[in-house]
Amino acid sequence: MAVGVRTRDLRKVYSSSPPLGAAGGFIARADAKGEKQPKTQIPALDGLSLEILPGEIFGLLGPNGAGKSTTVGVLTTRVRPTSGQAWIGEHHVWKEQTRVKRLIGVVPQRPNLDFSLTAREILIFHAAYFGIGSKQRNERAGALLEKFKLTERANQMVRGFSGGMMQRLSIARAMMHDPQVLFLDEPSAGLDPQTRILLWEIIREYHQAGKTVLLTTHNMEEADALCQRLAIVDHGRVIAAGTPVQLKASIPGGFVLRLRFGNQTADMLQSLRALSGVREVRAADNTGADVYADRGGSLIPEIANLAANSGAELSDVHISEPSLENLFLHHTGRSLRD
Amino acid sequence: MNWKTFGAMLARDAHVARRNAIQLLLQTFLQPLLFVFIFGRVMVGSGYLPAAYKSLLLPGIIAISMVFTGIWAVAMPLIAEFQWTREIEDRLLAPIDVAWIAIEKVIAGMLQALVAGLIVIPLAWLVLRPGVDISIHAPLTFAVIIVLVATFSACGGLALGCSINQQHIGLMFGMVITPMIFFGCTYYPWSALKTFPILQKLVLINPLVYASEGMRATLVPQFPHLSITAVLFALLFFDVLLLVVGLRQFEKKAVS
Repeated sequence: MAVGVRTRDLRKVYSSSPPLGAAGGFIARADAKGEKQPKTQIPALDGLSLEILPGEIFGLLGPNGAGKSTTVGVLTTRVRPTSGQAWIGEHHVWKEQTRVKRLIGVVPQRPNLDFSLTAREILIFHAAYFGIGSKQRNERAGALLEKFKLTERANQMVRGFSGGMMQRLSIARAMMHDPQVLFLDEPSAGLDPQTRILLWEIIREYHQAGKTVLLTTHNMEEADALCQRLAIVDHGRVIAAGTPVQLKASIPGGFVLRLRFGNQTADMLQSLRALSGVREVRAADNTGADVYADRGGSLIPEIANLAANSGAELSDVHISEPSLENLFLHHTGRSLRD
Repeated sequence: MNWKTFGAMLARDAHVARRNAIQLLLQTFLQPLLFVFIFGRVMVGSGYLPAAYKSLLLPGIIAISMVFTGIWAVAMPLIAEFQWTREIEDRLLAPIDVAWIAIEKVIAGMLQALVAGLIVIPLAWLVLRPGVDISIHAPLTFAVIIVLVATFSACGGLALGCSINQQHIGLMFGMVITPMIFFGCTYYPWSALKTFPILQKLVLINPLVYASEGMRATLVPQFPHLSITAVLFALLFFDVLLLVVGLRQFEKKAVS
């Protein structure tokens, strides 16, 4: 029986530094010099609601610091929400922690392997924590080590493993107790392309076995290729949700032309809106405009003409085809990579 | 309560302790044995200290070895696991209440402290002999005391390990451990502080005092020592206090 995941109006404000990995990394610690300075209040989630259906691959897409890791933290019992509710299947995450922990497997953003154990022991002890019998856990560890191409290094301490090997072992560990819901926080960050493809295959295969997968990523290609449905998250809120196709179709026109001007004139934007095929024009920082249109390159000569006529100096043009990146830009005015 | 999970976590700690046995042994016993050798053999042998000092020293050495093994065995892995390798996260996700993960650490630390105490007795005796006059007069009281001492050391390790930042480990030794040893009545009986009446009262906040005095009361009762009742009550008090503080700190670290 596949298990779904639900959150309702999750809020989280960190009163000290958020844990590494949650809130996307390195926030300067305001309390580093002692208690005299006022406590930092870092809002990470601001009313985040999600509904992930049983047996789907769901992606949380957003830039660093958007609240993806905090959402995973709340759903995996590691972060206490300031308010709001979360459920794994019908179990309330905060009130039925032990039951929830049996249903989930977690691959953290930063490997947290047991440096005092070998790769095989890490898998075996993990299964033992879940009460899996000795014969079964040995067999399963062997099979997963083989699948993740770690058999040769199985009896070595993991301290000397490369980043990619640690990541593979983390995923194998999360699968050891055969969880119904698998959480992967930035699973392909830092992986080489070959390992990334192996990872995607393994995620798809796990999903085909009827399991629910929730992954976070800031990589649009990954979200597009892997996820059946996505939620785009920014500043702790879901700003858009749907299938990748639906989401991309919701961008006006589809194509985005990011224009940068040396000196911009006010009537320039008006003239751009009048061009055929242009759906929407947004000014960006007084130095340029984002033009949403249903054609790309063929608009350039017309734009160049307009610029020349109005005295605006066109300094940079970037054309992108329909993509989730453009969707993010459309909703937030920022690029995912900014 | 999930005993399978709890047992698997204990098995993991035992497995790691076995793997690091030599390192653990050196770390635990080298310093106390050198101390015993210098003060018990060299200083006594050359006449700077009276022969009776040997017997006075031994209980203190047992107390130090147990207490620091317990603190070290719990605090150091916790500091590393929470702040450096973050490997404790795997156990925090195991199907068991988070408090039991802390209690497992305490039990593992207690066992190591007890083993340290039971090994250091014959070792120190071997270094010091002849002329050590110790015997276990009240085995049951002795057993209760060493269990209480092991508990307070492991709970102290839990409280320290969950309160101290990785970069402050050096400070922990300078500001907590060193004064604790020197004001812990380990190398001298508590009554020897009577010429410093204020200090004599102040050191009573140091749980190591009761560990040393409790050892003295049960192993070498011919020397002055605190009453066994006072020792038992004080150790029990510190056990509970440090466990409560340790669990609270652990939960703060485990859930953000």
